[in-house]
Amino acid sequence: MSIKVCLRAGAALGALVAVTVSATAQESTTITVGTVNNSDMVRMQGLTSDFEEKNPGITVNWVTLEENILRQRVTTDIATNGGQFDVMTIGTYEVPIWAKQDWLAPLDQLGDSYDMDDLIPSIRNALSVEDNLYAAPFYAESVLTLYRKDLFEEAGLEMPEQPTWDFIAEAAEKTADKDNGVYGICLRGKPGWGENMGFLGNMAREFGANYFDADWQPQFESEGWKNAITLYVDLMTKYGPPGAASNGFNENLSLFGQGKCAMWIDASVAASFVTDPEQSQVPDQVGFGAAPCGTSDCPNSGYNWLWAWSLAVPNGSQKQEAAQKFISWATSKEYTQLVAEQEGWANVPPGTRQSLYENQEYLDAAPFAQATIDAINSADPEPTDDKPYYGLQFAAIPEFQGIGTAVGQQMASALSGSTSVDQALSQAQAIATREMTRGGYIE
Amino acid sequence: MARQVTKQRKIGMTVLAWAVGLLIFFPILWTFLTSFKTELTAISIPPQFMFFDWTTENYSTINSQANYFHFMANSIYLALGSTLLGLLFAIPAAWAMAFSPTPRTKDILLWMLSTKMLPAVGVYIPIYLLFINLGLLDSRFGLIVVLFLINLPIMVWMLYTYFKEIPVDILEAARMDGASLRQEITQVLTPMAVPGIASTVLLNVILAWNEAFWTLNLTTTDAAPLTAFIASYSSPQGNFYAKLSAASMLAIAPILVVGWFSQKQLVRGLTFGAVK
Amino acid sequence: MATQNTTKVARAMMAPSVIALLIWMIVPLAMTLYYSTLGYSLYNPISTPFVGLDNYTYFLTDPTFIAALTNTLVLVVGVLIITVGGGILIALLLDQDVYGVNVVRLLVIAPFFVMPTVAALVWKNMMMNPVYGVIGQAMSGLGLAPIDWMTDVPLTSIIIIVAWQWLPFATLILLTSLQSLSADQKEAAEMDGAGALSIFWYITLPHMSRAITVVVLIQTIFLLSIFAEILVTTNGGPGSQSTNITYLVYQQAISFGDIGAASAGGIVAVILANIVAIFLIKAIGKNLDA
Repeated sequence: MSIKVCLRAGAALGALVAVTVSATAQESTTITVGTVNNSDMVRMQGLTSDFEEKNPGITVNWVTLEENILRQRVTTDIATNGGQFDVMTIGTYEVPIWAKQDWLAPLDQLGDSYDMDDLIPSIRNALSVEDNLYAAPFYAESVLTLYRKDLFEEAGLEMPEQPTWDFIAEAAEKTADKDNGVYGICLRGKPGWGENMGFLGNMAREFGANYFDADWQPQFESEGWKNAITLYVDLMTKYGPPGAASNGFNENLSLFGQGKCAMWIDASVAASFVTDPEQSQVPDQVGFGAAPCGTSDCPNSGYNWLWAWSLAVPNGSQKQEAAQKFISWATSKEYTQLVAEQEGWANVPPGTRQSLYENQEYLDAAPFAQATIDAINSADPEPTDDKPYYGLQFAAIPEFQGIGTAVGQQMASALSGSTSVDQALSQAQAIATREMTRGGYIE
Repeated sequence: MARQVTKQRKIGMTVLAWAVGLLIFFPILWTFLTSFKTELTAISIPPQFMFFDWTTENYSTINSQANYFHFMANSIYLALGSTLLGLLFAIPAAWAMAFSPTPRTKDILLWMLSTKMLPAVGVYIPIYLLFINLGLLDSRFGLIVVLFLINLPIMVWMLYTYFKEIPVDILEAARMDGASLRQEITQVLTPMAVPGIASTVLLNVILAWNEAFWTLNLTTTDAAPLTAFIASYSSPQGNFYAKLSAASMLAIAPILVVGWFSQKQLVRGLTFGAVK
Repeated sequence: MATQNTTKVARAMMAPSVIALLIWMIVPLAMTLYYSTLGYSLYNPISTPFVGLDNYTYFLTDPTFIAALTNTLVLVVGVLIITVGGGILIALLLDQDVYGVNVVRLLVIAPFFVMPTVAALVWKNMMMNPVYGVIGQAMSGLGLAPIDWMTDVPLTSIIIIVAWQWLPFATLILLTSLQSLSADQKEAAEMDGAGALSIFWYITLPHMSRAITVVVLIQTIFLLSIFAEILVTTNGGPGSQSTNITYLVYQQAISFGDIGAASAGGIVAVILANIVAIFLIKAIGKNLDA
């Protein structure tokens, strides 16, 4: 047999294989979805078969990872154009930055029945750049004051419609009973831009201070930050739980669920956990108040937190169509309905669609619904005259992740008592100035 | 009298040894127990030691969420693959260093160890880019090569130390008895080398199994091992101690079982009692 | 005995490993050196200008650099002291005639099989948490105030966790070395009327010296780049109290997305690790020849 014949046979075989492969490829597409291991996403993963039934030919591969690891994975992959993911779960912080880098594909194939106008406007804005939606909201959150109705009653307190930090301080003092393991207030202390800084950035805004001023100068040494952090450290030292500097959302959730906290100010999504009898020992005693605002006046109307976990398609994905179909399914009204049927109304992903908050069944099942939507509706992350960046508890610039985390460390240091508040803030200012200078924002 | 003293001494030593052993083992025991608790029992105060309602609910929840066996198969594949590849390279090298040492041998050994000094995070992005260009992202082959390379220095070291213990006198004695080179290798050296190789294999399987930076950051789905499985259970929203414990037990159980079964060989292998 | 022929064969046998490691060393090192001279942000990968040594000055002038350097050394030395000291004691204990020694050995070895992330999570949440951790509960039970591990003594906490993971390795290596010490030697010494302590000091310890050297060298290499345990427990804080060099590099690469600075940090870490290694070799390297 000559070499030529061999080659020809080989080529023919190759062509045949290629044809078969492309034929099967058309019939079945596998998309890889990277997501966070939060319970709403885990629930979505459990319902995958519904999507695959409705979209024959598409199969879904899940990559479910802890938040920090997922962020590290998807950021690396999209920045290097690695093409490992077809759908990524990202937040309101990433969307504007990534869209600007041209890393995300605009979501324009979500289908006619998607009803984009039903999306809550502030959320939709947060995920759009120049009127193009770059990520579809899966669930969204703002901030609430969770408190124990029974402990408040014992102490003769009543949660006002709009509490101030003065009131919170007073309530923390009256409800604290450290000898019996009841702490007046539990707040985030674990360092990280999405951990303690999410809370503290928000608290500082309630005292009228931002991360950066109009000229991008860091503001950590301003009055607002000083007042906020001084009060925070003071309250936590006097009435907070031990080990507060390593408490994040989860640790506080455990504490609150154990009945150890009289108050907890955190992401509104906490409400569905502390009212769940399988997660909490005090499911019936939880009240929901608005987030407190600054002592004297309410400079930023109290609501200073907006976050939406959202699904986006990287530009590098080869399976745009299938990926958008998946996103359309996961963020649709039908999906909400599906979760309600299978898991009950209290478990549907909150905060993304107006229609959900007009649904009486949901309002009945979720006592925290009204407080959540009020908070989301009044949070406005748009840039203003004195705040050049997009975002409230974060600043949507690439440098913020690093600055937020490093500053968060300083705040944890102040909370643990190893440095004073003033020292921590001036360190924070130095760190932020150094980074902003390197980033070319300031001289 | 003397017997009495030894017996008392033995009991005393036994109590002490068991106390130390249990103390060191306690975190794992606690994880094991917690994996059978509900989330609320897991954080109850005071902690429940044994007397709670045992439940396997955590294991079934985890099983319904992730295909554990896929991750486990990858872990086995990566650990064995990288170790076999490592043996292929390391045995000849260690052998040569142990039996025909040159003045530079020690330098080479130390240099090998120094290749482990570049912190993985420092080269993360360059390696990621390299993997994209080579098309090796999320491939088991790519990871096997990486794991092989990062553990190769340790393998050479371990084998070298073991081989070094094999007394050269025995070789000479065999030669005096007229053994051929082949007989020398198969009948004299191999039996003495096997225990050392066995414990090196075990050590490397453990190191490869536990490697959590590259295995996590260079895989997505196809090649993802148990470290990625754990990463989907470490600190999710909500109470998670019980589920984390169950996932941890699942992740360490295979290697723990293998390790325990082979530890007798391991210790025997390291002692060379027969030859000394 | 080493004829020219055997030397050749020996070279050929070493070549594959040496070449493989040479490539594995040179390629990443060269790439890291290259990137360390670029202004390369992960968030703006299009423009990567040459910046000379800027990244090095930036990394070395980091306000936490000195703290990170000290922490790295404290971490390595702390873990080494606990594992080698504890390893010798446990090895001596397990070398005794003890009931159920096999089971005890299993218990002691077990932590080595636990993944670093799992170990850190278990210790942080279930052992050291001041409110519902086992240690805190036990201390409250004894009427003591629970220690707030991760906040008050972050570096010590990490040393404990890491030492727990590496203690089995040290114990195992030292135990095997101990068991190869012939009983005759000990008995002879006992006959001469030597006490237990002097037997240990003059016979046992010198016998173990090579094993100790191997443990110290191999562990140092791993300990210099401790990372997962810090990430999972303290994130390097509070402040920079538990940040080591590797974690500092991680912060540059991942939180700041500053690949240039991270690469410079990687090179700095290699240089520091080599200094430590040279120092170690000077101090204990002669034991390897024995």
